Amino acid sequence: MSDFLLQPLHYDFMLRALAASVMVAIVCAVIGTYIVLRGMAFFGDALAHTILPGVAVGYLLSGSDRGALFWWALGTSVLASLGIGAVSKRGGIKEDTAIGIIFAGMFALGIALISTVRSYAVDLTHFLFGDVLGVSNGDLIRTGLFAALILLLVFLFYKELLAISFDSTLAVTLRLPVNALNNLLLVLIAVTVAITMQAVGVALMVAMLITPPATASLLTKRLPVMMGLAAIFGAASAILGLYFSYYTNIASGAAIVLTATAFFIITLLTQKK
Amino acid sequence: MTKFHSTLLYNEAEHDHGQPILDVRHLTVRYNGIAALDRLTFHLHAGERVAVVGPNGAGKSTLFKAIVGALPVIEGEINIFGSHPSGHVCIGYVPQRNNVDWRFPVSVEDVVMMGRIAKIGLFGWPRALDRQRVQSALETVHLAPLAKRQIAQLSGGQQQRMFIARALAQESELMLMDEPLSGLDAPSQEDLLTLLDELKAQNVTILVATHDLQQAATHFERVMLLNRHIVAFGAPAQVLTNEHLANAYGGGTLQVIGDACCEDEPQP
Repeated sequence: MSDFLLQPLHYDFMLRALAASVMVAIVCAVIGTYIVLRGMAFFGDALAHTILPGVAVGYLLSGSDRGALFWWALGTSVLASLGIGAVSKRGGIKEDTAIGIIFAGMFALGIALISTVRSYAVDLTHFLFGDVLGVSNGDLIRTGLFAALILLLVFLFYKELLAISFDSTLAVTLRLPVNALNNLLLVLIAVTVAITMQAVGVALMVAMLITPPATASLLTKRLPVMMGLAAIFGAASAILGLYFSYYTNIASGAAIVLTATAFFIITLLTQKK
Repeated sequence: MTKFHSTLLYNEAEHDHGQPILDVRHLTVRYNGIAALDRLTFHLHAGERVAVVGPNGAGKSTLFKAIVGALPVIEGEINIFGSHPSGHVCIGYVPQRNNVDWRFPVSVEDVVMMGRIAKIGLFGWPRALDRQRVQSALETVHLAPLAKRQIAQLSGGQQQRMFIARALAQESELMLMDEPLSGLDAPSQEDLLTLLDELKAQNVTILVATHDLQQAATHFERVMLLNRHIVAFGAPAQVLTNEHLANAYGGGTLQVIGDACCEDEPQP
């Protein structure tokens, strides 16, 4: 049994994959709690897809250098997040329709750009479904720094983010800078998306953002507890998913997401009415 | 440190108590060019209780949004104690119950503590004083035993009282309530109206939007009859006359209103 658990840890790539996926799982759980509570799941999914053209441009300019790709992903993600946020505030067409149009268009543009490179299939698969086993030491340090920064900002602005999420009129009467705080949240989501891309890819990312918080919301009625439980579910999904992937040869991103989904279904079924 | 924080994000204006708590002048709000509020001019005295009545679409919610600052005021002027509302955290807002996400994972106590956010200041966490204020606000509205409940587990009347407690914790001097009585059963309405009477002791000024002309007439010192413009504003007996009501609601609905309420009101 212990051999079963320890054997994968003899490989550095597995250790790095475990460390990276646990870190992003925790950040996704905390940021995802806001996404679930504010009903932004579709926004999160769209944002993840929307960064593909940015990643594609980076890919065309600098090949598959992970470090460069990360910065392209981050830049696109922040721009897209603030952009979609601004579009959804305007009237005219409904918010989810506007987001749908932008995200599908951007996603298609990304695929089109990547498909101009002859050997694109492998790299496209990594962008779409993640490549957590390819995490380098540099990736790990970057992920750690940004993860710490996101958690620090959530901690510092905890009560303000709570106020704008629960009751924006209250936030106005307290004279909070509501727009700036909304944008802060959009940027935090964007950075989360950028650091999570390598672990599960853009296509599956929304699961990391919403499934663990949704599972936690079935079990608690307090916000800090919900964040904590979501982080535990997320981290456990990352670890179990990677082991699962190691022993069965299932794609790692899919294994992590399937584990998180299993936690959700089990919690839903075992919940007393 | 605290001083720096409070000026960085939470900037509070001085109160000039020689000025009215709320002074609205020539306020006009337009949606797509059509005036939802047309040249409103009025002021409130500290400590009074005022009901705003009028038909659906009269602009009651718009007026409240403009006063709290959720709508930018482009035409006209709103002053709180003689200065622009943006410097004041003393306006409490009690939302309509159907505008609240009751499944949100917060307890009664958490919601009331949100009223303290400005006083706690940037990067701060609740201190003993804040917990004390929350506790005493909960006691004022008789919710202290339910402090740990998730908010969906409250009755409609308790939910309204929770938001009043939040406004008290905020140290609001002007409390705006948007239809606090609608959807409540009769005993809960009575409880709430009694609570509003009790708040008079704390010198809180109260502005309530309501559909119920009867309650407006019996529980409030002044009534504003609104239909995009102020039809009448003053003591209930002077405002709720057949002529004014016909003006505000249109002649066709007058009979309905006459039947629905106020039958034991002396008609001048």
